[in-house]
Amino acid sequence: MSDASSNVLSPDIVHREMKQNGVTDVVWLPDSETNWLYLLMKADPDLRLVGVSREGHACSIAAGLSAGGRKPIILIQNTGMMESGDSIRGWLMGLDIPVVLMVGYRGYTRHGVNKDTAATYTERFINAFGLQYYLVESDADAPRISIAFKEADRTKRPVVILVADEFHGFNR
Amino acid sequence: MMHTAELLEFFKKHRGDAVVIPGRGGRHWVPISDKPSLDLPMGDPAMGGHAGFGLGVALAQPKRKVVLFDSEGDVLMSLGMLVTIAEQAPKNFYHFMLDNACYATTGGQPVPNAENVDYAAIARGAGYGRAHAFTEIEDFKRELPAILDKPGPVFVALRVYPEVQNEPIGKRRPWQTRTKQETIDDMRRELQIKA
Repeated sequence: MSDASSNVLSPDIVHREMKQNGVTDVVWLPDSETNWLYLLMKADPDLRLVGVSREGHACSIAAGLSAGGRKPIILIQNTGMMESGDSIRGWLMGLDIPVVLMVGYRGYTRHGVNKDTAATYTERFINAFGLQYYLVESDADAPRISIAFKEADRTKRPVVILVADEFHGFNR
Repeated sequence: MMHTAELLEFFKKHRGDAVVIPGRGGRHWVPISDKPSLDLPMGDPAMGGHAGFGLGVALAQPKRKVVLFDSEGDVLMSLGMLVTIAEQAPKNFYHFMLDNACYATTGGQPVPNAENVDYAAIARGAGYGRAHAFTEIEDFKRELPAILDKPGPVFVALRVYPEVQNEPIGKRRPWQTRTKQETIDDMRRELQIKA
Protein backbone atom coordinates (compact mmCIF):
# COMPACT_ATOMS: atom_id res chain seq x y z
CA MET A 1 0.00 0.00 0.00
CA SER A 2 1.31 3.45 -0.88
CA ASP A 3 1.27 6.66 1.10
CA ALA A 4 -1.65 9.06 1.05
CA SER A 5 -0.04 11.50 -1.39
CA SER A 6 -0.07 8.95 -4.21
CA ASN A 7 -3.06 6.94 -3.22
CA VAL A 8 -4.48 6.77 -6.70
CA LEU A 9 -3.27 5.28 -9.94
CA SER A 10 -2.80 8.01 -12.52
CA PRO A 11 -3.77 7.13 -16.06
CA ASP A 12 -0.81 9.20 -17.28
CA ILE A 13 1.55 6.87 -15.46
CA VAL A 14 -0.13 3.79 -16.87
CA HIS A 15 0.08 5.31 -20.33
CA ARG A 16 3.77 6.07 -19.79
CA GLU A 17 4.39 2.50 -18.70
CA MET A 18 2.75 1.25 -21.86
CA LYS A 19 4.95 3.46 -23.99
CA GLN A 20 8.13 2.54 -22.13
CA ASN A 21 7.40 -1.11 -22.71
CA GLY A 22 6.81 -0.71 -26.42
CA VAL A 23 3.08 -1.33 -26.58
CA THR A 24 1.79 -0.82 -30.12
CA ASP A 25 -1.83 -1.96 -29.87
CA VAL A 26 -4.42 -1.88 -27.11
CA VAL A 27 -7.06 -4.56 -27.46
CA TRP A 28 -9.76 -3.62 -25.08
CA LEU A 29 -13.30 -3.41 -23.86
CA PRO A 30 -14.30 -0.42 -21.73
CA ASP A 31 -14.72 -0.75 -18.01
CA SER A 32 -15.09 1.51 -15.05
CA GLU A 33 -11.37 1.50 -14.29
CA THR A 34 -10.15 2.69 -17.64
CA ASN A 35 -12.31 5.53 -18.89
CA TRP A 36 -9.78 8.33 -18.43
CA LEU A 37 -7.00 6.11 -19.71
CA TYR A 38 -9.08 5.66 -22.84
CA LEU A 39 -8.93 9.37 -23.54
CA LEU A 40 -5.14 9.33 -23.27
CA MET A 41 -4.80 6.29 -25.49
CA LYS A 42 -7.15 7.73 -28.07
CA ALA A 43 -5.06 10.87 -28.27
CA ASP A 44 -1.84 8.92 -28.80
CA PRO A 45 -1.18 8.57 -32.54
CA ASP A 46 1.27 5.74 -31.96
CA LEU A 47 -1.23 3.49 -30.25
CA ARG A 48 -3.82 1.54 -32.18
CA LEU A 49 -7.00 0.82 -30.27
CA VAL A 50 -8.82 -2.36 -31.20
CA GLY A 51 -12.19 -2.41 -29.51
CA VAL A 52 -13.92 -5.72 -28.92
CA SER A 53 -17.47 -6.56 -27.94
CA ARG A 54 -16.59 -9.55 -25.79
CA GLU A 55 -13.38 -9.95 -23.86
CA GLY A 56 -12.48 -13.39 -25.16
CA HIS A 57 -12.09 -11.86 -28.61
CA ALA A 58 -9.17 -9.83 -27.30
CA CYS A 59 -7.09 -12.96 -26.77
CA SER A 60 -7.09 -14.23 -30.34
CA ILE A 61 -6.64 -10.71 -31.72
CA ALA A 62 -3.66 -10.16 -29.43
CA ALA A 63 -2.27 -13.54 -30.47
CA GLY A 64 -2.47 -12.55 -34.13
CA LEU A 65 -0.91 -9.17 -33.51
CA SER A 66 1.92 -10.77 -31.57
CA ALA A 67 2.49 -13.45 -34.21
CA GLY A 68 2.70 -10.66 -36.77
CA GLY A 69 5.34 -8.76 -34.84
CA ARG A 70 3.35 -6.21 -32.84
CA LYS A 71 3.26 -5.75 -29.08
CA PRO A 72 -0.34 -5.70 -27.87
CA ILE A 73 -1.73 -5.21 -24.42
CA ILE A 74 -5.17 -6.47 -23.38
CA LEU A 75 -7.24 -4.07 -21.31
CA ILE A 76 -10.37 -5.61 -19.81
CA GLN A 77 -12.25 -6.05 -16.55
CA ASN A 78 -12.11 -9.07 -14.23
CA THR A 79 -15.61 -10.11 -15.22
CA GLY A 80 -14.50 -10.28 -18.84
CA MET A 81 -11.29 -12.06 -17.95
CA MET A 82 -13.32 -14.83 -16.40
CA GLU A 83 -15.50 -14.98 -19.48
CA SER A 84 -12.32 -15.34 -21.55
CA GLY A 85 -11.03 -18.50 -19.91
CA ASP A 86 -10.94 -20.75 -22.95
CA SER A 87 -9.39 -18.06 -25.11
CA ILE A 88 -6.70 -17.35 -22.52
CA ARG A 89 -5.96 -21.06 -22.47
CA GLY A 90 -6.01 -21.66 -26.19
CA TRP A 91 -4.91 -18.46 -27.86
CA LEU A 92 -2.55 -16.96 -25.28
CA MET A 93 -1.11 -19.84 -23.28
CA GLY A 94 -1.41 -22.34 -26.12
CA LEU A 95 0.50 -20.12 -28.55
CA ASP A 96 3.08 -18.88 -26.01
CA ILE A 97 1.96 -15.28 -26.41
CA PRO A 98 3.93 -12.86 -24.21
CA VAL A 99 1.14 -10.43 -23.49
CA VAL A 100 0.14 -8.36 -20.49
CA LEU A 101 -3.52 -8.32 -19.52
CA MET A 102 -4.37 -5.20 -17.57
CA VAL A 103 -7.48 -6.18 -15.71
CA GLY A 104 -9.79 -3.89 -13.79
CA TYR A 105 -10.37 -5.45 -10.39
CA ARG A 106 -14.07 -4.78 -9.94
CA GLY A 107 -15.21 -5.21 -6.38
CA TYR A 108 -11.74 -5.13 -4.84
CA THR A 109 -11.81 -3.94 -1.23
CA ARG A 110 -8.26 -4.60 -0.01
CA HIS A 111 -9.51 -5.99 3.30
CA GLY A 112 -10.97 -9.02 1.57
CA VAL A 113 -14.58 -8.56 2.65
CA ASN A 114 -16.13 -8.67 -0.79
CA LYS A 115 -19.65 -7.70 -1.67
CA ASP A 116 -19.05 -8.43 -5.34
CA THR A 117 -18.41 -11.99 -6.48
CA ALA A 118 -16.43 -10.59 -9.41
CA ALA A 119 -13.73 -9.85 -6.85
CA THR A 120 -14.26 -13.08 -4.95
CA TYR A 121 -13.28 -15.22 -7.89
CA THR A 122 -10.72 -13.05 -9.66
CA GLU A 123 -7.52 -14.26 -8.03
CA ARG A 124 -8.84 -17.81 -7.77
CA PHE A 125 -9.41 -17.74 -11.52
CA ILE A 126 -5.91 -16.48 -12.25
CA ASN A 127 -4.40 -19.06 -9.93
CA ALA A 128 -6.37 -21.83 -11.61
CA PHE A 129 -4.57 -20.96 -14.85
CA GLY A 130 -1.23 -20.72 -13.10
CA LEU A 131 -0.67 -17.20 -14.36
CA GLN A 132 1.59 -14.71 -12.63
CA TYR A 133 -0.14 -11.51 -11.56
CA TYR A 134 0.61 -8.21 -9.91
CA LEU A 135 -1.67 -5.92 -7.97
CA VAL A 136 -1.47 -2.23 -8.80
CA GLU A 137 -3.39 0.13 -6.53
CA SER A 138 -1.57 3.44 -6.83
CA ASP A 139 1.21 5.29 -8.61
CA ALA A 140 3.69 3.84 -6.17
CA ASP A 141 2.87 0.40 -7.58
CA ALA A 142 3.33 1.43 -11.20
CA PRO A 143 6.81 -0.13 -11.59
CA ARG A 144 5.09 -3.50 -11.28
CA ILE A 145 3.68 -2.86 -14.72
CA SER A 146 7.16 -2.96 -16.24
CA ILE A 147 7.93 -6.05 -14.19
CA ALA A 148 4.89 -7.71 -15.72
CA PHE A 149 5.99 -6.83 -19.26
CA LYS A 150 9.47 -8.20 -18.65
CA GLU A 151 8.08 -11.36 -17.16
CA ALA A 152 5.73 -11.91 -20.08
CA ASP A 153 8.62 -11.51 -22.51
CA ARG A 154 10.92 -13.77 -20.52
CA THR A 155 8.40 -16.56 -19.97
CA LYS A 156 6.46 -16.20 -23.24
CA ARG A 157 3.26 -16.34 -21.25
CA PRO A 158 0.44 -13.97 -20.44
CA VAL A 159 0.90 -12.01 -17.22
CA VAL A 160 -1.93 -10.20 -15.44
CA ILE A 161 -1.91 -6.77 -13.83
CA LEU A 162 -4.86 -6.30 -11.52
CA VAL A 163 -5.85 -2.65 -11.43
CA ALA A 164 -7.42 -2.12 -8.03
CA ASP A 165 -8.38 1.51 -8.32
CA GLU A 166 -11.95 1.63 -9.44
CA PHE A 167 -13.53 5.09 -9.49
CA HIS A 168 -10.27 6.89 -8.76
CA GLY A 169 -7.29 7.62 -10.97
CA PHE A 170 -8.61 6.17 -14.18
CA ASN A 171 -11.60 8.45 -14.09
CA ARG A 172 -11.84 12.20 -14.00
CA MET B 1 -22.51 -27.46 -52.45
CA MET B 2 -18.73 -27.65 -52.63
CA HIS B 3 -15.99 -29.95 -51.46
CA THR B 4 -13.55 -28.15 -49.17
CA ALA B 5 -10.49 -29.79 -50.69
CA GLU B 6 -11.56 -28.85 -54.21
CA LEU B 7 -12.13 -25.18 -53.44
CA LEU B 8 -8.87 -24.96 -51.52
CA GLU B 9 -7.05 -26.58 -54.43
CA PHE B 10 -8.43 -23.88 -56.70
CA PHE B 11 -7.67 -21.12 -54.21
CA LYS B 12 -4.03 -22.26 -54.12
CA LYS B 13 -3.58 -21.06 -57.68
CA HIS B 14 -4.57 -17.56 -56.63
CA ARG B 15 -3.03 -17.17 -53.20
CA GLY B 16 0.07 -15.38 -54.43
CA ASP B 17 2.22 -14.60 -51.41
CA ALA B 18 -0.67 -14.29 -48.99
CA VAL B 19 -0.47 -15.55 -45.45
CA VAL B 20 -3.09 -18.28 -45.20
CA ILE B 21 -4.84 -19.24 -41.98
CA PRO B 22 -6.73 -22.38 -42.96
CA GLY B 23 -8.77 -22.69 -39.79
CA ARG B 24 -10.85 -25.83 -39.79
CA GLY B 25 -9.85 -26.37 -43.40
CA GLY B 26 -6.36 -27.05 -42.14
CA ARG B 27 -6.44 -30.80 -42.58
CA HIS B 28 -7.16 -30.25 -46.28
CA TRP B 29 -4.90 -27.25 -46.76
CA VAL B 30 -1.71 -28.57 -45.18
CA PRO B 31 -1.15 -31.32 -47.78
CA ILE B 32 -2.21 -28.98 -50.60
CA SER B 33 -0.14 -25.91 -49.81
CA ASP B 34 3.19 -25.38 -51.48
CA LYS B 35 4.13 -22.41 -49.28
CA PRO B 36 3.94 -23.79 -45.76
CA SER B 37 6.15 -21.04 -44.37
CA LEU B 38 3.33 -18.61 -45.17
CA ASP B 39 0.66 -20.80 -43.63
CA LEU B 40 -0.65 -20.58 -40.09
CA PRO B 41 -2.54 -23.83 -39.53
CA MET B 42 -3.28 -23.34 -35.87
CA GLY B 43 -5.71 -26.22 -35.49
CA ASP B 44 -8.30 -25.34 -32.89
CA PRO B 45 -6.75 -23.27 -30.10
CA ALA B 46 -10.17 -22.15 -28.85
CA MET B 47 -13.37 -22.10 -30.86
CA GLY B 48 -14.52 -18.75 -32.13
CA GLY B 49 -11.09 -17.16 -32.27
CA HIS B 50 -9.81 -17.71 -35.79
CA ALA B 51 -11.27 -14.46 -37.08
CA GLY B 52 -9.60 -12.51 -34.30
CA PHE B 53 -6.30 -14.20 -34.96
CA GLY B 54 -6.61 -13.42 -38.65
CA LEU B 55 -7.48 -9.82 -37.88
CA GLY B 56 -4.45 -9.50 -35.63
CA VAL B 57 -2.08 -10.86 -38.25
CA ALA B 58 -3.63 -8.61 -40.90
CA LEU B 59 -3.26 -5.52 -38.74
CA ALA B 60 0.32 -6.43 -37.91
CA GLN B 61 1.29 -7.02 -41.54
CA PRO B 62 -0.71 -4.48 -43.53
CA LYS B 63 1.32 -4.91 -46.72
CA ARG B 64 0.64 -8.63 -46.88
CA LYS B 65 -2.65 -10.24 -47.86
CA VAL B 66 -4.04 -12.40 -45.07
CA VAL B 67 -6.57 -15.03 -46.06
CA LEU B 68 -8.61 -16.83 -43.42
CA PHE B 69 -10.78 -19.90 -43.87
CA ASP B 70 -13.07 -19.58 -40.90
CA SER B 71 -16.04 -21.83 -40.14
CA GLU B 72 -19.68 -21.06 -39.49
CA GLY B 73 -19.46 -22.61 -36.04
CA ASP B 74 -16.60 -20.29 -35.15
CA VAL B 75 -18.33 -17.27 -36.63
CA LEU B 76 -21.53 -18.00 -34.73
CA MET B 77 -19.61 -18.27 -31.51
CA SER B 78 -18.09 -14.82 -32.05
CA LEU B 79 -20.49 -12.82 -34.16
CA GLY B 80 -19.33 -9.65 -32.44
CA MET B 81 -15.90 -10.17 -33.94
CA LEU B 82 -17.33 -9.18 -37.32
CA VAL B 83 -18.05 -5.73 -35.94
CA THR B 84 -14.50 -5.33 -34.72
CA ILE B 85 -13.10 -6.45 -38.07
CA ALA B 86 -15.39 -4.06 -39.92
CA GLU B 87 -14.34 -1.18 -37.70
CA GLN B 88 -10.64 -1.87 -38.15
CA ALA B 89 -11.27 -2.50 -41.85
CA PRO B 90 -7.91 -4.01 -42.81
CA LYS B 91 -7.61 -3.73 -46.57
CA ASN B 92 -5.46 -6.85 -46.65
CA PHE B 93 -7.93 -9.16 -44.89
CA TYR B 94 -9.92 -11.77 -46.82
CA HIS B 95 -12.37 -13.59 -44.61
CA PHE B 96 -13.66 -16.82 -46.13
CA MET B 97 -16.03 -19.02 -44.15
CA LEU B 98 -16.52 -22.74 -44.70
CA ASP B 99 -20.16 -23.46 -43.90
CA ASN B 100 -20.94 -27.15 -43.51
CA ALA B 101 -24.01 -26.32 -41.38
CA CYS B 102 -22.88 -28.61 -38.60
CA TYR B 103 -20.31 -29.31 -35.92
CA ALA B 104 -18.41 -31.85 -37.99
CA THR B 105 -15.69 -32.55 -35.47
CA THR B 106 -18.17 -33.58 -32.79
CA GLY B 107 -20.30 -35.90 -34.87
CA GLY B 108 -22.19 -33.65 -37.25
CA GLN B 109 -24.84 -32.09 -35.06
CA PRO B 110 -26.43 -29.09 -36.82
CA VAL B 111 -25.42 -25.57 -35.80
CA PRO B 112 -28.37 -23.51 -34.57
CA ASN B 113 -30.78 -22.59 -37.37
CA ALA B 114 -28.31 -24.18 -39.74
CA GLU B 115 -30.25 -23.90 -42.97
CA ASN B 116 -31.65 -20.43 -42.47
CA VAL B 117 -28.72 -18.18 -41.67
CA ASP B 118 -27.53 -15.62 -44.22
CA TYR B 119 -23.94 -15.13 -43.15
CA ALA B 120 -23.10 -12.70 -45.93
CA ALA B 121 -26.01 -10.51 -44.82
CA ILE B 122 -24.74 -10.64 -41.25
CA ALA B 123 -21.28 -9.59 -42.40
CA ARG B 124 -22.73 -6.70 -44.39
CA GLY B 125 -24.81 -5.71 -41.42
CA ALA B 126 -21.72 -5.74 -39.23
CA GLY B 127 -20.09 -3.28 -41.59
CA TYR B 128 -18.13 -5.30 -44.15
CA GLY B 129 -18.11 -3.37 -47.38
CA ARG B 130 -18.20 -6.51 -49.48
CA ALA B 131 -19.72 -9.89 -48.78
CA HIS B 132 -20.45 -12.87 -51.02
CA ALA B 133 -21.99 -16.31 -50.72
CA PHE B 134 -21.31 -19.29 -52.94
CA THR B 135 -22.80 -22.75 -53.03
CA GLU B 136 -21.47 -23.94 -56.39
CA ILE B 137 -17.82 -24.45 -57.21
CA GLU B 138 -18.07 -22.96 -60.70
CA ASP B 139 -19.42 -19.70 -59.32
CA PHE B 140 -16.66 -19.62 -56.74
CA LYS B 141 -13.99 -20.26 -59.37
CA ARG B 142 -15.36 -17.54 -61.59
CA GLU B 143 -15.47 -14.88 -58.89
CA LEU B 144 -12.45 -15.70 -56.75
CA PRO B 145 -9.83 -13.79 -58.77
CA ALA B 146 -11.87 -10.58 -58.63
CA ILE B 147 -12.54 -11.03 -54.93
CA LEU B 148 -8.84 -11.30 -54.21
CA ASP B 149 -7.92 -8.46 -56.55
CA LYS B 150 -10.02 -5.93 -54.68
CA PRO B 151 -9.13 -4.57 -51.24
CA GLY B 152 -10.60 -6.07 -48.11
CA PRO B 153 -12.07 -6.60 -45.76
CA VAL B 154 -14.34 -8.96 -47.60
CA PHE B 155 -16.45 -11.82 -46.30
CA VAL B 156 -17.13 -14.89 -48.41
CA ALA B 157 -19.48 -17.63 -47.23
CA LEU B 158 -18.81 -20.99 -48.87
CA ARG B 159 -21.34 -23.79 -48.50
CA VAL B 160 -19.45 -27.08 -48.28
CA TYR B 161 -20.28 -30.73 -47.76
CA PRO B 162 -19.89 -31.80 -44.16
CA GLU B 163 -17.10 -34.23 -43.51
CA VAL B 164 -18.17 -35.58 -40.18
CA GLN B 165 -15.66 -37.07 -37.80
CA ASN B 166 -17.13 -39.64 -35.46
CA GLU B 167 -14.05 -41.32 -34.10
CA PRO B 168 -12.75 -40.22 -30.71
CA ILE B 169 -10.43 -37.23 -30.91
CA GLY B 170 -7.48 -39.23 -29.66
CA LYS B 171 -7.85 -41.75 -32.48
CA ARG B 172 -8.01 -39.25 -35.32
CA ARG B 173 -5.15 -39.06 -37.78
CA PRO B 174 -3.10 -35.97 -36.90
CA TRP B 175 -2.78 -33.62 -39.84
CA GLN B 176 -0.55 -30.96 -38.34
CA THR B 177 3.08 -31.39 -39.24
CA ARG B 178 4.41 -28.56 -37.06
CA THR B 179 3.63 -27.24 -33.63
CA LYS B 180 1.74 -23.98 -33.36
CA GLN B 181 4.91 -22.25 -32.23
CA GLU B 182 6.85 -23.65 -35.18
CA THR B 183 4.28 -22.38 -37.65
CA ILE B 184 4.45 -18.89 -36.16
CA ASP B 185 8.25 -18.97 -36.08
CA ASP B 186 8.38 -20.11 -39.71
CA MET B 187 6.11 -17.28 -40.82
CA ARG B 188 8.13 -14.75 -38.86
CA ARG B 189 11.31 -15.95 -40.52
CA GLU B 190 9.70 -15.83 -43.95
CA LEU B 191 8.44 -12.28 -43.38
CA GLN B 192 11.55 -11.23 -41.45
CA ILE B 193 9.57 -10.37 -38.36
CA LYS B 194 11.49 -9.99 -35.14
CA ALA B 195 9.99 -12.07 -32.34
